[in-house]
Amino acid sequence: MEKIIEILKGIHPEVDYTTESGLIDKRIFDSFDVVTVVGELMDEFDIEITAEHMVPENFNSAAAICDLVKRLEEE
Amino acid sequence: MKTNILEYLIDAAAVSPDKCAYFDEQISYTYKQMLDGAKAIGTKLINRLNVKCRPILIYMDKSPSVITAFWGCVFSRNFYVPLDTDMPDVRIRLIVENLKPAAVITNMAYYDRVRQFSNNVFVFEEMIETTVDEQLLAGRMTSSIDTDPVYVLYTSGSTGVPKGVVVSHRSLIDYVEQFCNEVGITEDDVIANQAPFYFDASLIDIYCTLRARGSMGIVPLEYFSIPLKLLEFLQKYNITTIRWVPSAMKMVSTFKGFKSIRPDKLAKIIFGAESMPTKVYNYWKENYPDAVFVQIYGPTEITGVCTYHIVDRDYSDEETIPIGKAFKNTEVFLLDDEDKLISRSDVVGEICVKGSCLALGYYNAKEKSDEVFVQNPLNPYYSEKIYRTGDLAKYNDRKELVFVSRKDFQIKHMGHRIELGEIETAVMALPGMKNACCVYDQDRQKIVLFYESDDYDDVSLIDALKNRLQRYMLPNVTKKTQDMPLLRSGKVDRVRLKEMI
Repeated sequence: MEKIIEILKGIHPEVDYTTESGLIDKRIFDSFDVVTVVGELMDEFDIEITAEHMVPENFNSAAAICDLVKRLEEE
Repeated sequence: MKTNILEYLIDAAAVSPDKCAYFDEQISYTYKQMLDGAKAIGTKLINRLNVKCRPILIYMDKSPSVITAFWGCVFSRNFYVPLDTDMPDVRIRLIVENLKPAAVITNMAYYDRVRQFSNNVFVFEEMIETTVDEQLLAGRMTSSIDTDPVYVLYTSGSTGVPKGVVVSHRSLIDYVEQFCNEVGITEDDVIANQAPFYFDASLIDIYCTLRARGSMGIVPLEYFSIPLKLLEFLQKYNITTIRWVPSAMKMVSTFKGFKSIRPDKLAKIIFGAESMPTKVYNYWKENYPDAVFVQIYGPTEITGVCTYHIVDRDYSDEETIPIGKAFKNTEVFLLDDEDKLISRSDVVGEICVKGSCLALGYYNAKEKSDEVFVQNPLNPYYSEKIYRTGDLAKYNDRKELVFVSRKDFQIKHMGHRIELGEIETAVMALPGMKNACCVYDQDRQKIVLFYESDDYDDVSLIDALKNRLQRYMLPNVTKKTQDMPLLRSGKVDRVRLKEMI
């Protein structure tokens, strides 16, 4: 979780990731931000995130991203 | 010979009146409807504004209607200036101050907001109901000349004030003709538009569609965050052509999107406005081995595009795809530090451009214009303007131009052209800010801001900047520092800063 927040802070340092749950829905992250985050997540955790995973529910909060990463790591 | 860009519209509405011209997920307009709409708006403007060749701001959310508003301005022999509706007030005021628009066209929903900036506000939804006065419009059209401006597009300015690039009918017609001919855009093409209309990257979408009498669909912005939706859009509307920034194409490759959906009509893939990671290109190429891939290059000041490279060979992930050669009726050349012409391979020089594609300069900013739109130093004999791009390039062994870097502190970040100086000016304008300097971390594609202040921390600083800068200009990394490394001159030592990233 800490590592994920660090990656997210590297895109938008001003967001409080412990409470924010609308990263995509509120367009806090635009598509370019998303690509950057996903690229860094894949490198950091050695996972593959595909188009099927890229739905707002999986990226709206740090917690949701954390869940996704955990799921993919177990696969 | 065409002398007014609207001649294409009149032709298209005569030849293919009922063809779907511009659409989004909500509405679709035929060429006849586009012409009728533009004429209604033009009639209203001529009746209500007794001016010619003056700027009209367009403050509307992206939709096919915006294009009719553009052309309504042109029918009235004025020129349009599209604005980003997400732009913070401070930046809008800077533009309004520089432009002093004759009027603003906006949607009903924005009326109150726009009234803060102008006393002369037209509501699009009302204008479009105007009864067309053909005689009035014909009079204005006949009087127009091809050196009249068509549009002004604002781009980042290093001193903090955005610069408005003024482009004439002649430059735009030249661009559309050369582009359609060389790249081969036809009436069978359906283009998926990604670029905002306030960027010149959208010119291909809007105007090549018009010239070819093809169709253009606007991809909803949010689809660029959801690759499956994006690819479904391309499939659903039988998209044949895209002209996207590489960052948008990376969206698909990062998620290996074609594993899920591979839109089968896609045949022309055009990219530019920032360097294309060859890895991203190779992913697309593997999935579309028979498609035509074109890298294009050119700043707003020369109407968006001056060179192109139709990719004709394989590139390894480490190689750079060239920006290629000049379009017909455009000359592109390299000058060294002493303004001598470079012709040998592998020697780096500044890209300079001449031809009908040259913009008329920056609006209401003669000094800034004179710095970059200059007499050709190779020609002392007659008046011949060139544009000095500030971009550095070299020739490869095949005599193709290869982009190298910038001369100054302009960057390309996620497809956006940004002057780091504009960000620094906005930061320094905050009360209690002692010093600020921005550098770009090219490898990680992040804007890094170093600042000295007792009053701000990383969070409050970004929040304050949101009122002054567009979101794509906001620093991605902020580093508070007590002692900014300085040069002897007192200026910030950017080389040291880059080492501190």
